[in-house]
Amino acid sequence: MTNPAPAAITALADKVPSKPPRSKWTDVWHQFSKHKGALMGAAFLIFITLAVLFGSWIWTLDPQKLDIRNKDLRPIYTALWDGAAKVAWAHPLGTDNLGRDGLANLIAGGRASMAVGWAAMLLSLFIGTAVGVISGYFRRLDGPLMRLTDLFLSLPILPLLLVAVTLFRQPLRASFGPEGGMFVLIVAVIGITSWMPTARIVRGDVLALKEREFILAARSIGTTPFKIIQRHLLPNVLSPIMVSATLGLATAIITESALSFLGVGFPSDFPTWGKMLADAVPRMNDFPERVLLPGIMISLTVLGVNYLGDGLRDALDPRIRGR
Amino acid sequence: MKMKTLLLGAVASFALAPAAMAERGEDGNVNIIYWQAPSIMNAYLSGGTKDIEAASIVIEPLGRYDPTGALVPYLAEEIPTVENGGVSEDLTSITWKIKPGLKWSDGTDFTAEDVKFTGEYCMDPAGGCAQFAKFDGVTSIDVIDPLTVKVTFATPKPNPYGPFMGNQSPILQKAQFENCTGAAASTCTDENFAPIGTGPFVVTDFRPNDVISLEANEYYRDPAKPAFATVNFKGGGDANAAGRAVLETGEFDYAWNLQLAPDVIAQMAEGGKGVPVAAFGTLVERIEMNMTDPSPSLPEGERSTVAHPHPILSDFNVRKALSMAIDRELLVEVGYGQAGRATCNLVPAPELYASETNTDCIVQDIDGAKALLDEAGWTDTDGDGIRDKDGMKLSLLFQSSTNAVRQDFQALIKDWWSQIGVETELRNVDSSVFFGGDAGSPDTFQKFYADVEMYANNFDGTDPQSYLSQYRCGNEPKPSSQWQGENINRFCNEEYDALLDELAQTGELDKRGVIAKKLNDIITKDTMTIVPLVDRGRVSAHSNTLGGVQLNTWDSELWNIADWYRID
Repeated sequence: MTNPAPAAITALADKVPSKPPRSKWTDVWHQFSKHKGALMGAAFLIFITLAVLFGSWIWTLDPQKLDIRNKDLRPIYTALWDGAAKVAWAHPLGTDNLGRDGLANLIAGGRASMAVGWAAMLLSLFIGTAVGVISGYFRRLDGPLMRLTDLFLSLPILPLLLVAVTLFRQPLRASFGPEGGMFVLIVAVIGITSWMPTARIVRGDVLALKEREFILAARSIGTTPFKIIQRHLLPNVLSPIMVSATLGLATAIITESALSFLGVGFPSDFPTWGKMLADAVPRMNDFPERVLLPGIMISLTVLGVNYLGDGLRDALDPRIRGR
Repeated sequence: MKMKTLLLGAVASFALAPAAMAERGEDGNVNIIYWQAPSIMNAYLSGGTKDIEAASIVIEPLGRYDPTGALVPYLAEEIPTVENGGVSEDLTSITWKIKPGLKWSDGTDFTAEDVKFTGEYCMDPAGGCAQFAKFDGVTSIDVIDPLTVKVTFATPKPNPYGPFMGNQSPILQKAQFENCTGAAASTCTDENFAPIGTGPFVVTDFRPNDVISLEANEYYRDPAKPAFATVNFKGGGDANAAGRAVLETGEFDYAWNLQLAPDVIAQMAEGGKGVPVAAFGTLVERIEMNMTDPSPSLPEGERSTVAHPHPILSDFNVRKALSMAIDRELLVEVGYGQAGRATCNLVPAPELYASETNTDCIVQDIDGAKALLDEAGWTDTDGDGIRDKDGMKLSLLFQSSTNAVRQDFQALIKDWWSQIGVETELRNVDSSVFFGGDAGSPDTFQKFYADVEMYANNFDGTDPQSYLSQYRCGNEPKPSSQWQGENINRFCNEEYDALLDELAQTGELDKRGVIAKKLNDIITKDTMTIVPLVDRGRVSAHSNTLGGVQLNTWDSELWNIADWYRID
């Protein structure tokens, strides 16, 4: 006959953690994965990025190759409801009026549009964050930098781009080639004219954070301003930065499309989604897919990016996270 | 007999009824859309058809050409000829008699002084007059009396209808433009935007590259015309939108020069709001070769000037090979359908002047082009697929205006050229800029900061002399002429200039035909300076409710806008 151990003692024993504590990023992912739209947006964005990067290795047709005998082919799916449609498995998404392959163009066009989007977004993010943090942290620079921001906010981007194209196309073309030069120009102008919202948001957050106790503590032990910014401020303003980054990507893609649509920008035989859309407009009635396909790609990419931004904002905000 | 009289009377009353009832301005507003927006209302300061045509509503020449190419007096009483004594027996002078009682739109009298002034305005060497070729060989313009003006030429002029005839040579008012001569010409913004004219309409508001508002000219010579009280002249957009606005939605009454693929126009016409109209004239879509070096490494002011010959295109074999590689029939099929035909001629009409034996270029010959380049020493020595010679790559910058058909052409031509080992970079410039003639812009077709460029041009009237004399040595756009001038290629050929002089002294029509054909052949097949592609019929469209439109390929399309009326 044995006496069972008294239950009270078990109850008093310290609980041992059953698993190691969750890191911040696990929490972020946990919150992010609850947002279905954000997940789908991220998945689509990754898919489209991989597709435009590596698609040309799988679908090896040259997007600029003219094949006049196979012009005006419809996409393969039109055969489902229209038996008489001119389709060919060699061109699953059809060809344009000069016989250029639709799928190859979509891939090549996406590469240009996405490259412009990502590059312009990174540039504007860098400028915006730098200006925002500096003007928020250093009181003396706040006034001049914010007036500069106001100045840039009042610049209309499309006319500015048109002027920049006229002025700088020639020198840039000489140093980077016709496509490279235009890429640098468009990225630079979009980047330079779209950093202001980021700068304002970041500045606001920095102004508030600067007065908090942990910054005071850091300063009292002699941390240099640069280290304070690096260790304490930047991680705390990460969430608004991420969000404006996703929105910036969408804006950049749309601006590039608008430029190509207007006929300035890249050379006429260099496909981008915007240019494909513009070229297809006159034959919209007969060949709706030529407008729809690039249009849908632009819309889905921008939508995906927006949802991703939405999810990231929720996931990165500690007050929302865990609720 | 009685019956016949009755019937005749009935017919006459029907015919006269609209005229009798017609009253100025009774049909309200007419909407015109030109997808290339006019940037100036002075035909002497712009080479662009859009500007010249817009100006033709307001300022008029002494005589115009009708749709058959015949001469019609406008401000003149009659067209001077040798028979009626208006042209002197030795062909060195022409005397115009002006209609009495003509008034400018500000109410002042129109006199021979204005005509004389206009000639001096254009012939001022500092002014950079875009229509200088029209006044080729004029020594003096004399006022005989207020209604008579005499133009004297240095040499016998068998075709004396250059000055003051056709939409490119309208009369400006002396009182208005007196202080705008010479170098000041392009700075007179108010005058150039709203010239005082004798035409059926006057400008009330001019927004460059956008909208022109016009109203009926109360001093117009025919009290019953124009039938429209106002004109809303919208510029800009593209040919596609313009076509739709007239044919499908009916927002506009008249759309100019619908340079669209044939299937696209046919589809728009199914909209049923309007009809496309077509006519063949002298409009030739061509590739122009730059004979001078457009390299950006040259200092500004020397680029694309005769100081530096083109490093690649100076070689005749290269130009010839570029032409041989082009399949013109396919271009016609892709771009124009019924409204175009392949041509090798700069002057495709009228028959008398068209060089019908010049047809070798029609058949594409890729292999021949390759052989020709091999022979000329252009070979691919570094194996990158692009031919080179003496360290220079056969690489060209090919520019044109923004237009769906032109971009299709560019893509096709680039493809053919790449097949013969020529690398091509494409560029397209907005039409308003490309044809705008702005000396400050690097993108105009006159500045030609590219190796080859493609556009279409034509001549008004039926005589190609002034058209061919555009390519006289020295008439090229250059900094000293504010980049105005018609010798776009910077072409310079002694034989050509000598033949031009001969043409200017020949009166017999058959002989003129022979010389004109020779000139045409020199600049096309003999030197390949100009590579004609397609003889384009002009397609415009008007709404079903707009009457009186007579498409004219020999003059401005708006030549008879005073006769337009509304069909209810």
